[in-house]
Amino acid sequence: MGGMGAVYRARDLHFPNVIKRVAVKEMVNQARDPSMRENIIRNFEREANLLATLDHPSIPRIYDYFTYNVRSYLIEEFVDGKDLEALLVEAQGFYPEVQVIGWAIELCDVLAYLHGHTPEPIVFRDMKPSNVMINSRGRIMLVDFGIAKTFQVGQKGTMIGTEGYSPPEQYKGDAGPMADIYALGATIHHMLTRRDPRLEPPFSFSERPIRSINPSVSMELEAVVFTALQYEPDHRFSSATAMKDALMGVARKTGALPQLASSTASLGSIAEGTKCVWNFECEDEIRGTPNCKDGILYVGSYDNNLYALNAATGEFIWKFPADGGIVSRPVIDENFLYIGSEDKRLYSVNIRTGKPSWNYSTDGPIRSSPCLAEGHIFIGSDDGFLHAVNAASGRRAWRMEAGDPIRSTPLVVNDMVYFGVESGDFYCLDFTGVIKWRFKSKRAITSSAVFSEGIIFFGSVDSTLYALDAKTGFPIWRYRLGKPSISTPFLADNYIFTGAADGDIYCLDSRSAKEVWRFTTEHQVTGSPIVYKDGLYCGSVDGYIYCLEYRTGRMRWKFDTGKPITGTPVAGDEMVYIGSTNNRVYALTP
Amino acid sequence: MNVFFRKLFGKGKSTQPAEVETGDSEVTKPGLTAPPTMPLKEPIDPELKLGADEIPADVHYLVAGCAQSVGKQRDHNEDALFSLTTMLSSDTAQIPFGLYIVADGMGGHQHGDIASSTAVRAMAGYILRKLYLPMLDLSQGPPSEPLQEIMQNGLFEAHKVIPKYAPGGGTTMTAVLIMGAQITIAHVGDSRAYAVYADGHMQVLTRDHSLVKRLEELGQLTPEEAAQHPQRNVLYRALGQVEPFEPDITTFPLHHPGYLFICSDGLWGVVAEREIYRLIATNPIPEQACMKLVDAANAAGGPDNITAILVRMPD
Repeated sequence: MGGMGAVYRARDLHFPNVIKRVAVKEMVNQARDPSMRENIIRNFEREANLLATLDHPSIPRIYDYFTYNVRSYLIEEFVDGKDLEALLVEAQGFYPEVQVIGWAIELCDVLAYLHGHTPEPIVFRDMKPSNVMINSRGRIMLVDFGIAKTFQVGQKGTMIGTEGYSPPEQYKGDAGPMADIYALGATIHHMLTRRDPRLEPPFSFSERPIRSINPSVSMELEAVVFTALQYEPDHRFSSATAMKDALMGVARKTGALPQLASSTASLGSIAEGTKCVWNFECEDEIRGTPNCKDGILYVGSYDNNLYALNAATGEFIWKFPADGGIVSRPVIDENFLYIGSEDKRLYSVNIRTGKPSWNYSTDGPIRSSPCLAEGHIFIGSDDGFLHAVNAASGRRAWRMEAGDPIRSTPLVVNDMVYFGVESGDFYCLDFTGVIKWRFKSKRAITSSAVFSEGIIFFGSVDSTLYALDAKTGFPIWRYRLGKPSISTPFLADNYIFTGAADGDIYCLDSRSAKEVWRFTTEHQVTGSPIVYKDGLYCGSVDGYIYCLEYRTGRMRWKFDTGKPITGTPVAGDEMVYIGSTNNRVYALTP
Repeated sequence: MNVFFRKLFGKGKSTQPAEVETGDSEVTKPGLTAPPTMPLKEPIDPELKLGADEIPADVHYLVAGCAQSVGKQRDHNEDALFSLTTMLSSDTAQIPFGLYIVADGMGGHQHGDIASSTAVRAMAGYILRKLYLPMLDLSQGPPSEPLQEIMQNGLFEAHKVIPKYAPGGGTTMTAVLIMGAQITIAHVGDSRAYAVYADGHMQVLTRDHSLVKRLEELGQLTPEEAAQHPQRNVLYRALGQVEPFEPDITTFPLHHPGYLFICSDGLWGVVAEREIYRLIATNPIPEQACMKLVDAANAAGGPDNITAILVRMPD
């Protein structure tokens, strides 16, 4: 497009005894009007002459130029290496901050050289990852000086060639040295976040704070990039040198300067932490999720007991012994709670006395949690059935054979029952147990479904988060997670949150499946995130419960339990409760 | 089944517009983190409601109308439209199915008309092949590919064919797929889709990919300045133009009673939203409303091609 033809790798035959590689850039003159064509050639020659006078290690040398018919050629130093865009595509994860700072400092150097050119400063105008090469010695090279632009015939039409890296003033046609500062900021932003600004609305960097996407970046570096990306040129760094100084400052402060720390040691001063109000120790691990009602916290443990604790003080009220571990989350109505156990039974327990009122036997351990709707308990079992049990009598209404263990918690909405199976099937049944539709994922569905606006959402061990039309089961979107997920998604506003075995907590727009932010913990996230007020709470197998701002994914605090957390927190009355495999349940201030 | 149907197509809360952000919170300003919708905060006219008694209840199929005009100041039409309204029978239910596309070609001498019509053909062809025809085929089940991916791939298909048929040309595209209880919109450029609610609200479901709109979102321009800005038709995303591009693909719940309205900027740019709402509210037959809307744009000078599609939501 726009006049640039091809770039050839060539050999300079003036030096027959050695192999001297050069790059030959070909540009096609598309102007039809002869005087305009002349004009373009004159501009090209002027630019080539200007470039030939530049002498900087990060700028390729110009050896020659010529024009032949409608084609003009520029012969320049061949840069053996890859551009940053290609490197970004190749890289699996984020580049270390130290590396990016190193590149940014070199880019500031070369910009300072260009901007200091006399009599007129040279504005590069086209800073972006694809124009920055890393040569074989690891040095930055600035390639593709906008010389091809002289070949772009002024095209009419409604399109502007925004590159996503250009500052606002460039669209008005007045791009000074400050434009390069902005574009450098945009380039660094892209390198640190891996978010391509060409895919985003123009000037929207501030909506993608670097640390919300890549929390390993230091606050100091984020601040430097933020300054470079200011909307008003006057609010950016006053020069490339000033920006370089700021980057050096970051490097000094974060320990990157002597390359001591391979990754940043930025501890990120956590303003407010949490306070542990109480904790209660069981005799074995807590792998499941507590529930809370009317000031009482109910939590099951692998010591076979279900505990009732005073939610405010942690004081023991009663315990109910099952014959097997409890991973299931209790569900509570006015007088009773319902809970499944590894002992294959579903129990109904009086919440005042802790005494059982009935139990219902299945043929396999129960890891699913009960769902209470229309006077019935719906629960899955490892026996491969979904059971519908009368909540008052404990008698079976019906059971439906799914063939494989059901560990997800059934969801009942609009008189339909939804649940996933370890076989990878997902079912929609009506209230009589008749299948309305079935959807197949590639691996087990342990994650439980959630519902919003006619759509069912759930994760799968096939590493996908699915959104299906609740009525028909048609897939609406799917989102590829980094690793399998058994975490149950959580919905708030138009966001959907979930965790995965890659250790990440994800936030997506539930209507478009676009990633809003992602937060990386140190180990698998098997429990579910919950949103309470404006905080998102989620445990990780790394032993921490994290509190993040749910709109941005910024961390507010984390609390260490020392052992893996596999369950989901529950919140209420200004308190967040979480169980850990260190046998304890914690009450934390939000 | 009927009860169930009514339940899902919800008379209850799905007729309410999505909750409106108050705008105090800086992180939810328009942009990536916010849904690409900019709901109107106030009803257009509290006095003016869709004549609920005139919208028949129990009509569980879509009713659509459309209209088009070259306008008063251009000599040829660069807008393209596609409208298909039908019903699908699945094993368990009758499902309303509608596909509606508006594309506004650009580039004048660079075959804007060919760009838009080619893109519409490519998009409609893709969706029908991938989604609609398999559902009529008794030997196949419903498609396993998610709707949003089918829509996205259709857009990329359209994007790819434009340079072949209309080199240098480009087009906007707003494609709306209604299937069952969900509305899925694939959108690039500055044509618009609106949800029109019974209670006097109207909500833009698409985000204009125009430079002026962006400057307005950033608070650099007021809506009034934006409406008058000489560069208001400069787009930063369009089909057939520079790569890479990222379409907005979003799924919304169906709202009843109400309408879905799709139009090119030749309509929304010259007829005020209040007037659009009034014409829809006072002309319950979609075909009629569309003609009145196009007339209104022409009466306002008709500076650009005008295209309108109005779809009544099923009960």
